[in-house]
Amino acid sequence: MFEKALKGNTNYRIWLAILGVFMAIGGLCYIHQFNTGLGTTGMGRDISWGLYISQFTFLVGVAAGGVMLVLPYYIHNYKAFGKITILGEFLAIAALLMCLMFIMADLGQPIRALNVMLHPTPHSMLFWDMIVLNGYLFLNILCGWVILTAERKGVKPPKWIYIFVYTSIPFAISIHTVTAMLYCGLPGRHFWLSAIIAPRFLASAFAAGPALIVFIALILKRVANFDAGKEALNKMVTIILYAALINAFFVGLEFFVGYYSNIPGHMHTLQYLFFGLEHHGHMYNNLVPFMWGFVVLCIGGIILLAIPYTRKQNEFTLGLGCLMIFIALWLDKGIGFVLGGFVPNPLHEIVEYTPSLNEIMITIGVWSTGFFILTILYKIAVGVEHEIEN
Amino acid sequence: MDKNRRNFLKVAGISTLAGLGAPAIVDRVISGKGEGEVFASGGAAGHHGAEPTEHHGEGNTESHKEEKTGTRYGMVIDTRQFNANPKLGVKCVDACHKMHNVPEFPKGDKNEIKWIWLTNHENAFPEHSQQFKDKDTADNKVLVTCNHCENPPCVRACPTKATFKNKDGIVMMDFHRCIGCRFCMAACPYGARSFNWLEPKTILPTPTNPDYPRRMRGVVEKCNFCADRLALGEKPACVAAAGHSGAMIFGDLNDPNSEIRKVLKENFTIQRKPSLGTNPSVFYIV
Repeated sequence: MFEKALKGNTNYRIWLAILGVFMAIGGLCYIHQFNTGLGTTGMGRDISWGLYISQFTFLVGVAAGGVMLVLPYYIHNYKAFGKITILGEFLAIAALLMCLMFIMADLGQPIRALNVMLHPTPHSMLFWDMIVLNGYLFLNILCGWVILTAERKGVKPPKWIYIFVYTSIPFAISIHTVTAMLYCGLPGRHFWLSAIIAPRFLASAFAAGPALIVFIALILKRVANFDAGKEALNKMVTIILYAALINAFFVGLEFFVGYYSNIPGHMHTLQYLFFGLEHHGHMYNNLVPFMWGFVVLCIGGIILLAIPYTRKQNEFTLGLGCLMIFIALWLDKGIGFVLGGFVPNPLHEIVEYTPSLNEIMITIGVWSTGFFILTILYKIAVGVEHEIEN
Repeated sequence: MDKNRRNFLKVAGISTLAGLGAPAIVDRVISGKGEGEVFASGGAAGHHGAEPTEHHGEGNTESHKEEKTGTRYGMVIDTRQFNANPKLGVKCVDACHKMHNVPEFPKGDKNEIKWIWLTNHENAFPEHSQQFKDKDTADNKVLVTCNHCENPPCVRACPTKATFKNKDGIVMMDFHRCIGCRFCMAACPYGARSFNWLEPKTILPTPTNPDYPRRMRGVVEKCNFCADRLALGEKPACVAAAGHSGAMIFGDLNDPNSEIRKVLKENFTIQRKPSLGTNPSVFYIV
């Protein structure tokens, strides 16, 4: 089926070429980082994880979000999702590959990455994360490919594949749960030390993933003549809305626990993220604009998706609403959550993080690679759909 | 439809059971190997007993469990002595960093590497009362380093066992196994770990101590209680630098007759962040 990715109109080629340029720049920047060390990034002794790990965390959610299509279709037999379930599975593949690239970009000794398998360590959450991420990647490649091949031949998918389809559902939940456990089991990091992190991650994942799929489905309708169907999109928006609201509710709960209990450790990071933290006469607030961006975009997106006119009658506002939700949750989890957790540091000093240009270009390079893969996968999926229709 | 649902429930049930059971079995299998045997082979170092570093083996998965017998090295830092002699702290830091070829960065540099350093009382003990400080705690600095916790969160977090707890209680680093994921740095509640953000050999072209290896870039490092010196029957470099001032006392916390236990018995001491349950092996007389 790969041949479908090779043929395409000018716009398709230009889009891939643009992504290719950013991939090349990112690759060159990575070579620089590989030869010089992670000192080329903005990370340091106090903020020891930066953009790479925060992007990884967010993208695990995007990958897990695909299950919001798989679950209704395969378990509840919700037929309207039949056409777009493959979009969820392929999005998961692209997002997981981005996750793995971000992990590799973040390692100080990437050549030794296989040590995680050579010396399996069950008490480390990173070991389990490696297992579930690779497992979920394998399941999505297998299920997506087998089912798409069967569709193309006009036959029913083989029965054995359903075992893997059903297994992929708890795996989707597990990837984001285990990723949350990377953070929420660490003593002395009060902002992360919260039992609500895993459910909050899942809620934001089930909004961000589907929001991206709806947004892309609207684009595919224009550029690739692929109609996901009104009913499917409408149902997905319902899922996005509820998930985004639950995420906002969880954020609110974190505020209540911190500020009502008045325990400094539980307030510091929230204070730093949303209002700025004063320390020895200096105001530290470089993430405040991002967090208020999250609040505004989240509320704006929810409003656009909740009002019947902007949701059902106007595709522009529908797409805008989804994009706003996606960016809002990226700001929340892909920026604030990971970076904020390091402030203040264990010695209650405050150090702020600013990514370096090299680091930003690598990050953009990985995102471009992910979208490159996604474009090719979607090209194949849409190509097969057109073939069946003809 | 019904048939599908039934099939699903079967599969879901079996996979749930497998998911719940597998970690327990894996844990059982690994702990069954028994770390005791692994270390027994390295026990030839005599009763001064620093284990040779290459013998850390695979058996450290259970290191968070309490080891009631055997050595547990620990340290008492008497801040009164450091307050009385303000130059002593710097001397201890220098002795350590020279001994271990720790490259020097400008103070506060993001790439800084610190094995032992001086900080304010409020930073060393952020959970203790900082209101109405007395002159001594307000004006003086406190030495902080790796606490060689009895329940080290860094060891729990490390995905490759590159950091592990030795049988003598020392939390060690294997620089050759570390993949540089820095999970241990996020896990350490004391900020005791440093990462080689840059190539250390370019910052420290000639080693200050040719007998100790310099590290490569991209790995984490920290205080190791001078395990290599202990193996030779010497005291850690910082303790040796403090000399006979009594400012630093080093010894076996599990030996009721050791000097350190005597000091602990005679003085009121505190640990850093005791509420976290890590049980640090470094104690402070304030």
